[in-house]
Amino acid sequence: MQLSDSRQIAAPPDRVWAAILDPDVLKACIPGCESMSGSLEAGYTVVVAQKVGPVSARFTGLLSLTDITPGRAVTISGEGKGGAAGFARGGARVTLAEEGGGTLLSYAVDAQVGGKIAQLGSRIIDGFAKKMADQFFQRFAEAVEGPNEAAAGDQPVEDHPRKGWFGKIFGKKTGPQAPDATESQGGEA
Amino acid sequence: MPKDFGIGASSKRREDVRFLTGQGHYTDDLQLHGQAHAVFVRSNVAHGRIRSVNTARAATMPGVLAVFTGEDFKDVGGNPAGWLIKSRNGEAMREPKRPVLAHGKVRHVGDAYAAVVAETYQQAKDAAQQIADDSVIEELPAIIDMAAAVADASNRVHDEIPDNLCYDWGWIEDNRARVDEVIKSAPHVTTLELVNNRLVPNAMEPRASIGEYFPGTGDYRLTTTSQNPHLTRLLVAAFVLGIPENKLTVVAPDVGGGFGSKIYHYGEEALVLTAARKLKRPVRWTAERSESFLTDAHGRDHVTRIELACDKQGNFLAFRTETMANVGAYLSNFATVTPTFLHGTLMAGPYKVPNVYVNVKTVFTNTAPVDAYRGAGRPEATFSLERVIDKMCRELNLDPFEVRRRNFITPDMFPYTTPVGLAYDTGNYEATLDKVMEIADVAGFEARRKASAARGKLRGLGLSTWIEACGIAPSHLVGVLGSRVGLYDAATVRVNATGNISVMTGAHSHGQGHETVFAQIVAEKLGIPESSVEIVHGDTSKIPFGMGSYGSRSLAVCGVAMSKAVDKIIAKGKKIAAHMLEASEADITFEAGKFSVAGTDKAKTFGEIAFSAYVPHNYPLETLEPGLEETAFYDPANFTYPAGAYLCEVEVDAETGKVDVVAFHCADDFGNIMNPMVVEGQVHGGVGQGIGQALCENTFYDENGQLLTGSYMDYAMPRAADLPFYNVDYSCQTPCTHNPLGVKGCGEAGAIGSPPAVVNAVIDALHRGGITHVTHIDMPVSPNRVWSAIHG
Repeated sequence: MQLSDSRQIAAPPDRVWAAILDPDVLKACIPGCESMSGSLEAGYTVVVAQKVGPVSARFTGLLSLTDITPGRAVTISGEGKGGAAGFARGGARVTLAEEGGGTLLSYAVDAQVGGKIAQLGSRIIDGFAKKMADQFFQRFAEAVEGPNEAAAGDQPVEDHPRKGWFGKIFGKKTGPQAPDATESQGGEA
Repeated sequence: MPKDFGIGASSKRREDVRFLTGQGHYTDDLQLHGQAHAVFVRSNVAHGRIRSVNTARAATMPGVLAVFTGEDFKDVGGNPAGWLIKSRNGEAMREPKRPVLAHGKVRHVGDAYAAVVAETYQQAKDAAQQIADDSVIEELPAIIDMAAAVADASNRVHDEIPDNLCYDWGWIEDNRARVDEVIKSAPHVTTLELVNNRLVPNAMEPRASIGEYFPGTGDYRLTTTSQNPHLTRLLVAAFVLGIPENKLTVVAPDVGGGFGSKIYHYGEEALVLTAARKLKRPVRWTAERSESFLTDAHGRDHVTRIELACDKQGNFLAFRTETMANVGAYLSNFATVTPTFLHGTLMAGPYKVPNVYVNVKTVFTNTAPVDAYRGAGRPEATFSLERVIDKMCRELNLDPFEVRRRNFITPDMFPYTTPVGLAYDTGNYEATLDKVMEIADVAGFEARRKASAARGKLRGLGLSTWIEACGIAPSHLVGVLGSRVGLYDAATVRVNATGNISVMTGAHSHGQGHETVFAQIVAEKLGIPESSVEIVHGDTSKIPFGMGSYGSRSLAVCGVAMSKAVDKIIAKGKKIAAHMLEASEADITFEAGKFSVAGTDKAKTFGEIAFSAYVPHNYPLETLEPGLEETAFYDPANFTYPAGAYLCEVEVDAETGKVDVVAFHCADDFGNIMNPMVVEGQVHGGVGQGIGQALCENTFYDENGQLLTGSYMDYAMPRAADLPFYNVDYSCQTPCTHNPLGVKGCGEAGAIGSPPAVVNAVIDALHRGGITHVTHIDMPVSPNRVWSAIHG
């Protein structure tokens, strides 16, 4: 399946670019990511737990960033084996453009599944892939922009952006997985 | 006055007592002491090079007894195709080896490349997953689309076959130039491009096999879900594993449906036998439903362009078809004959069309093997013909009933040789058309249409007049056509000393009702109660020989063999009676269960003759053998040609595209009827499958060769609510001229005749509703497709 979308991020392109290259940001933004290790050059080994329709699986695979045009574009691709559940793989071509004082992040996603997930979950793959992409880029935007003022409450807004991401990331570290599971079960019914 | 027993009676199906009370005995019900469990490691990708299959870790896992890979079978034989088809240029078809386990490459999702045998199913399953995790399969681009497969020589399902083409077949090649010429100069030509959708067989019982090896004697036994245990024995013994046939017994106990998919020998059968020999323990395997979807031989999957040439009155001048037939990744046993001789030879239909030419290119793809499925080639031929005829009628504003009537071969023309090589022995197509119009109340259609319109629905009427060639098959004919086997059959009738009878038949009943119907025939002929006759099938150690059940052959071939064996029993009974009654054999008559001396009241009952045969105290040793048991082999002289007319009425909701089949009428000519209730049941089942194909079922592989319709969540089976009450008539009977029972065959008829009737009805409904831009919708005619066509 293929889908493309774009998202306005209230941060300059260089900050967005730095975030893309930051493994901690990636790890926090990948829905269901349990662990991630490795390097930008060699690629990252990633473990992701997901439930696609009736199939629950823990995918182990490689995530790599290729076709890098610094500051402008990158392809994030991954391939994961989920044992008896089959496999999933996909890539997103991400491009950045300065726009309206922030950054317009555009992405084109191509995702494929095979084995049992394809046989049992094909009806919901499109919706599932869209949800994954939406979640990833939503979290990514939040991580780059830092905590918004309403959520930050009366705490002073940090002026160092990296702390903004980390605060957000670590604050939500376990948070995102619970709603995922509920939504997947909802999808199955 | 309906009979209450014997030929023509609606005797209740005796097998239903066990089927309906949970007492059936299927392969998976067999539990053996010391049994081990096999699980297969199947490819997750459609096309891949096997870089390594690492079984080391799996082999040490708890309970694991043995591990097999493609390497273990690379030196044994392949599972062969049963028919050798030649291309138009005279070249033999390409016939890649079909191994027990994939070696070198995997060629479809589900292709097994390793297997584990363990103490328990769960242990085998775990170890199989370990092998999958530890193996390296380099994925290659999948070959899914047939046109692309033929066009791209760089990507090959089998490395040695450059264009992925099995053969390019022309039928009949000598007709080609003439057909081209007629079409070129015809007053009218209608062209239709269509898809005959791929189907998953979906037998209720998944495939299962149990292998046993007896080291004391060197004997093997395979218990398996087969429609033809003898053919399976021949293939697994002689072609694949090299076991002497007399050391292998194949048993197919109760089998829960096959529809063709259980004709074939599959690698799992060879694996469980090999494993049983290695471990000296029984080894069992039962498919999961997912495995059935991925590995049972699928059906249909043709892409066809058909042209019909005619004059302005609709008199047919020529038919020409170009078809691409998907054979999948490997050649299943009947895969090469299904799109050719079971399809091209029927492309004249029941019509006196003078010129027909059929071209079929059969293509390898990275999908499950495709083979015969209920109807097998004949539904594809019928669908193409009956759809293009309807389209032509609309183009020329002609009445579809009248056009068919005008083109029918008439009763005075039989025997009739078609331009595609068959000799129809008998039929009366106009009679079935008249009958179906009567039982469907065609005259009242307009009123029903108005009533539907008042409820906001578009009502349509769709006709299909079909013919098929079944009773497969005359060996002399199929030999010429490329069959590597004969297709006769055999039966043994054993009269026991106490007068009851065991009949051993080469047919295999997996839902058809043979145990009832065959007993009716024997009982009728011998004048004894049906309950005295037992039908024994599905065990090569008990039955002389047989080619099994498919191609609507059980009654017309196996049943006739049985009837001939009964004739031999009667002849032997006359010899015995002559001795007992001290009369000349020529003076003995047999009627209503009694052997009598003509013109006297001297007689012996059948039971007295039977007892005497086994207690021959005073037999003349030189001239009369004891015992009463006879075997007959029967090879038919021709196919049988059932035919009929089907009418379907649908209601279409133009707002949603939903189609409801509101009535379905069948007028069939099956020749003589042995058991009307069983015939009706067969037609009901066939029509149900045909409506399923027309409205619901589709098998979809994505561009990577992943089967996206791999479960009942995505593969739509017809449900009771999708089907109407059928109106079935079989009163038009032109008995088959070349078999003594006068029977034709009814098992596949419904699936052959019904799909075009449904689609014709849908198009008719749209046109009557003013939606005239829609000339064709491919099956399944789903709400989405209908709505899109209306709004396209």
